[in-house]
Amino acid sequence: MEEPPSHLNDRSRYVLLLPAVLVVLFLSVFPLLLSIFTSLSKIRFVKGGFEIEYIGLKNYEKLLQGSGQRRFLGRFDDPTTFGWIILMVFIAVMIYWLFRYVTGPRRRLFGVLMRVITIIIAVELLWLVIRTSSGRGLPGTLVVTLIFVFGGVAAQYILGLFLALLVTQNLPGKRFFRVVFLLPMMITPVGIGFLFRMLTDTLIGPMAPMWKVAGLYNFSWVNDPATARLAVIIGDTWQWTPFVFIILLAALEGLPTETVEAALVDGANRQQMFRYILLPQIIPVSTTVILVRIIEAFKIIDMPNALTGGGPGIATESVTLHAYNLWRGIDLGTSSALAYCLLFVATFVALVFVNFIRQRLLESI
Amino acid sequence: MRKVTSVLLIVLLAAISLVSTGISYSQDKPFEGVNITVLTFDGPQIAEPLQRHAPEFQELTGAQVSVVTVPFADLYQIILTDQATGTYSYDAFVFAPQWMVDFANAGYLEDLTPYVEADADIQWDDIAPFFRNFSAMYNEKIYLIPLDGDFHMVYYRTDVLAEAGLEPPKTWDEYLVVAAALNGQDMNGDGEGDYGSCISKRRSAQAWQWFPSFASPFIQSLGTEQGAFFDTTTFEPLINNEGFVRALEIYKETGQYGPPDEETLDVGGTRTLFVAGRCALSLDWGDIGSLAVDPEQSIVQDKVGAVITPGSTEVIDRATGELVPCTPELCPYAVDGVNHAPVASFGGWSGGVSSGISQEKKDAAYAFFSYVAQPAQANVDVTIGKTGFNPYRISQFQDLTPWLAGGFSEKAANDYLGAIRDSLNNPNMVLDLRVPQNQRYQQVVTDPILSQFLAGEYTAEEAAQEISDQWEEITEEIGREDQLAAYIASLGIQK
Repeated sequence: MEEPPSHLNDRSRYVLLLPAVLVVLFLSVFPLLLSIFTSLSKIRFVKGGFEIEYIGLKNYEKLLQGSGQRRFLGRFDDPTTFGWIILMVFIAVMIYWLFRYVTGPRRRLFGVLMRVITIIIAVELLWLVIRTSSGRGLPGTLVVTLIFVFGGVAAQYILGLFLALLVTQNLPGKRFFRVVFLLPMMITPVGIGFLFRMLTDTLIGPMAPMWKVAGLYNFSWVNDPATARLAVIIGDTWQWTPFVFIILLAALEGLPTETVEAALVDGANRQQMFRYILLPQIIPVSTTVILVRIIEAFKIIDMPNALTGGGPGIATESVTLHAYNLWRGIDLGTSSALAYCLLFVATFVALVFVNFIRQRLLESI
Repeated sequence: MRKVTSVLLIVLLAAISLVSTGISYSQDKPFEGVNITVLTFDGPQIAEPLQRHAPEFQELTGAQVSVVTVPFADLYQIILTDQATGTYSYDAFVFAPQWMVDFANAGYLEDLTPYVEADADIQWDDIAPFFRNFSAMYNEKIYLIPLDGDFHMVYYRTDVLAEAGLEPPKTWDEYLVVAAALNGQDMNGDGEGDYGSCISKRRSAQAWQWFPSFASPFIQSLGTEQGAFFDTTTFEPLINNEGFVRALEIYKETGQYGPPDEETLDVGGTRTLFVAGRCALSLDWGDIGSLAVDPEQSIVQDKVGAVITPGSTEVIDRATGELVPCTPELCPYAVDGVNHAPVASFGGWSGGVSSGISQEKKDAAYAFFSYVAQPAQANVDVTIGKTGFNPYRISQFQDLTPWLAGGFSEKAANDYLGAIRDSLNNPNMVLDLRVPQNQRYQQVVTDPILSQFLAGEYTAEEAAQEISDQWEEITEEIGREDQLAAYIASLGIQK
């Protein structure tokens, strides 16, 4: 049989790839580009469709400096002495980190530039957190989201790792618990939101008798900003710890037994075994699972929406819920602008984690 | 015996309703094969009677009615986007009449005037003038069929107040005094302390609709045309004043005598607490009245009274924004020195038909709303708590038979209907805000700021300033002159 000409072979590659590329463009890239335009526009619904008016950066201006600032960024107050100390220490650490890079053997101009930009944004974010947490300051939806991200992911990693270590022990019923620990991940997030809404109801919820015994009857978890945020983090942790657990369990079970046996022969105790043998070996998987959870956690909406409705006030309103509420109010432009602000922050945190923290941890193994 | 009589009366009324409506549709099934989808909120009130009547309507006309429900906070934008994009997933809607201005102006709603004029069965003249002329109409056309009548009222436990030697509150200050005095008392005999006041304050629900009832008596005293939301000459918000701030303080203080999770309770939650005997006072539409007589849900049957929403002995001086004592000139409609300004909040759930669907579907959708609104169905529905429908027909105020059949005692029925009648006939009644994009002013801006105020994130003054600033921003964006003209028109002011 005669071979087709080579130029047809070359073209057939593009023809075969084209459908997939078109699908990606149509479903992902075009909407992304369109939403950029939306964020720069004011949209009005009229008979037969909608009117779009290009307004430049006004939606962003509204969020960062205008009437939306208080809700998105928060209310500012002068930092306390403690706040100043934290900021100064952080800046000093950042400068030291930059200094080490600049004086190190692997310095490059691009690397210096990226680090300077990273330091500026990180200091800005910390400055925002400090000023909205001081005195009469109030965190906006951005800071609330950061609390959910860092509080939730830290709790999920610690618990997930603990459970994974537990299940790798030769304990009775470990197969059963392996399945049980996974169950929360299978439930729809809104369902978990409503579940925790019932559990935190100290008056008529199923846990009311227990709350009563604990002296917490007539107390509402969701009326106080701090406990409401805690309730959201607990609910989110309950749902997503299984994800961390199953990944870390796979990593632990896949470790070669020789190093563990060698450590045992050398007389390593449990703490030493964990610190020097197990933990370094699961760091690549750990950093990956943390990165995935950080990216996902930035998008949190179901739990605060179902559990607290974003309240009290805006104490538990995440950026995604904020954007959703703006969308409900037919403010599509500001909602899109907010989504891009979130995308910027989430990308920044993910890049910092990948390039500086994950890299550093991997190099330390 | 009384229960048996009640059941027999309900069966009789239902039978009469089927027979009477059957006359209209019995010749054939004019909508055989027609499917209509009706969108409303996920109550379960409001949707319940629609879902219950749908099979009856199909039996009579052949039209299949599907009722789709969504959360209240999503209802406005789903209707808007469905119609604006020409998707027409829904053929008809049951929603708040105050949104009609946006939907009618954009041409999304069918003009139902000719339908009503050709429909004797709906008994249009029996619908109370307020609902017939304000809730249903815009620019002299009928766009909505009223299915419900809404007024805020204060409910109180007659037994608990009588035992404590207290009178139902006439002013908001008295409300606080009564709530404080009764808070912590056991009102349902379970040995636990109960609450002086239960008012739902959940964000992104309907809680924001209470606040005008707190603020209005401090702001509007010269009659409906004076307006309680905006100045009728400048369209500046009537917010940055001592009356509004005082109302905010009272609104917040009620929480001291309420359940601990009041800020996350929706209106269904406070109703449940009230009929479970856990509250001395509550602010609600007409729903508690009919829920309280439902033996399946209520332990406070014949222990519930209703009064017009409390008023104030002070009103603002509109020139200075300061509170000043009521005088006959400042408060001409005051009763015993108390200025009441009952709010026709929400105006009653009403049905509108999409203008973008086929004529056959429009006819079927209208016929369904007409069927639900006809006295044979409506006069029974308004006596049932779970429907969420409250009285809006003249006959419902005049004929006590359905109320007695529904489980009301004569005193309770008179008390309940009397409180609604007092509000409906009050010359200082406050009309819902009905200017373009009113949903943004109230649901989008006011709701979260009220929630932040309750959470301590704003002082009363800051909250008032913030709401005022954001209302001004919306006005500037839409156009002050147009908004002012719409506001004046909605108040019925002739200039």
